[in-house]
Amino acid sequence: MEKNKMRVKEKYNWPMTVLLIALAVIFILGPLYIAVIIAVKDPSDMANVLAWPKVFRWQNFADAWTMTDYPRKFLNTFFITVVNLVFTILSNSMVAYAITRNREKSRFFNMMYYYFVSAMFIPFNVIMLPLVKQASAFNLDNIFGITFLYIIFGLPMNIFLYTGFVKSLPDALDEAAYIDGATPFQTFFKIIFPLMKPMSATVAILSFMWTWNDFLMPLVLLSDQKDQTLQLAQYVFKGQFNTQYNLAFASYLLVLIPILLVYVFCQKWIIAGVTNGAVKA
Amino acid sequence: MKKKTALKPKVNIAFYFMVIPFVVLFFAFHTIPFLRGIFYSFTDWKGYGVWNTVGLRNYIQFFKDPAIAQTYLFTLKFAISATVLVNVISLALACGLNSKIRFKNTIKAVYFLPYMLGTLIIGFVFNFIFGNVIPLMGQSLGIEALSSNILGTNKAWLGILFVTVWQSMAFNTMIYISGLQTVGKDVYEAADLDGATGFTRFRKITFPLIAPFFTINMVLSVKNFLMAFDQIMAMTGGGPGTSTTSISVLIYKRGFDGGQFAYQSANAVILFLIIAGISIFQLKVLEKREAKMS
Repeated sequence: MEKNKMRVKEKYNWPMTVLLIALAVIFILGPLYIAVIIAVKDPSDMANVLAWPKVFRWQNFADAWTMTDYPRKFLNTFFITVVNLVFTILSNSMVAYAITRNREKSRFFNMMYYYFVSAMFIPFNVIMLPLVKQASAFNLDNIFGITFLYIIFGLPMNIFLYTGFVKSLPDALDEAAYIDGATPFQTFFKIIFPLMKPMSATVAILSFMWTWNDFLMPLVLLSDQKDQTLQLAQYVFKGQFNTQYNLAFASYLLVLIPILLVYVFCQKWIIAGVTNGAVKA
Repeated sequence: MKKKTALKPKVNIAFYFMVIPFVVLFFAFHTIPFLRGIFYSFTDWKGYGVWNTVGLRNYIQFFKDPAIAQTYLFTLKFAISATVLVNVISLALACGLNSKIRFKNTIKAVYFLPYMLGTLIIGFVFNFIFGNVIPLMGQSLGIEALSSNILGTNKAWLGILFVTVWQSMAFNTMIYISGLQTVGKDVYEAADLDGATGFTRFRKITFPLIAPFFTINMVLSVKNFLMAFDQIMAMTGGGPGTSTTSISVLIYKRGFDGGQFAYQSANAVILFLIIAGISIFQLKVLEKREAKMS
């Protein structure tokens, strides 16, 4: 009996495990290994690019740090990402709540639902030419402007994600709050918003990934060098790095490290959040 | 006890305050640019200076332009190849990751890793690998096909395809895994009793059950790949020549710098029609699926 139980427990599919690990090492970790060793190698040590570095040249990181003005670019990206995340969660959830709760009572809210959701059909690439003209006319071609645009452009997708969730929260919650004299704003922020946490986590992760890794919107909107994001700076410095691969890769790693740290600590959340968002959409 | 509400409850005015500011802002910064883009597509505006309306001239020109034809052919070829490859590989990977393997969560986390990394930087890293690592390996192994930088040849699009598949696999695989997890053990047990195993079981039982997830993946993939931009800018910049210029790259390059603002606006309108067509198809299919489920 005891033995039997043990055997059932250990019935792992070992050939599949080995195959998947081998493929992951070659195809996923292999390129990342190359990226890391190039970043720490000395330029004279590049004859055999795949070999383990003879000496670790940490100076590459220091050089890349100053050359690309990393702290400034990091703060820019950090500002956009965090401000967008906070305001997106607070505002987009509120709009979705107001729309969902009144769709059946009022044609206006029902129309607004379709208005926002149908805007999902319009990708950024389609509006970017006129948007850039308009953004510079409104002085939005800077960090604050792009953050504002991210918050606005997230609305269609996030309203779509949130409405399904709000529907699942019983109306009785709102009614009870009204009887106690709460206004809709109080009801939303004190009662509904805290209950939306699971969907807010999904929205937060998707917003974070979008703004941190986005390249196209900063490329077309941010003209001033001091406003550049980390991604944009890598593109702009590509010419200056030229064949100084060690410096370039050190710089790439400096961009990848923050998101890798986030991934290591929030990995389960992120995978769940991203899948959740896609399957709902 | 229950009171009947005779009248439809009125909407509290506060709800309008919650929604209207965002509707106004969204209209001003999303809908108006969209409408302006459509308007410009009927003009000859260069992006600066004076302009006239020219009716359908941009659209007539569009369908006769060999540069446009090449761009659309490349983008379609790329999007279809990437969609097929990503989905075949992801589905196989998902089946593997969903089986009873050891270190399941760690292996899954590694396969999802590419999704986290910016496409631009991945493009730069593979740029180096294609330019410096693979040719060296090709030379030392004596394989002619691998000894030169693929991104400098007429096969450059395969390099871009590889990087795209490498990155997109992560997301699609996770969607398929969540699909596979909806298939209950009892279904497989019943299949076993009926003697269905291996590929037959997959084709006859598993695949039909995860078909909705297949649809999501197909549609999202096609949409994303039709808009490919970052990886192309990172790896070839549209070259060699214009052989890997995608629709988005063309809009960006010619629209902002080439003095073709109005013409590329027409291009963007066509891209929109294609994307909207795919999205409507997506909604139709999803609606059907929801109807089936409920």
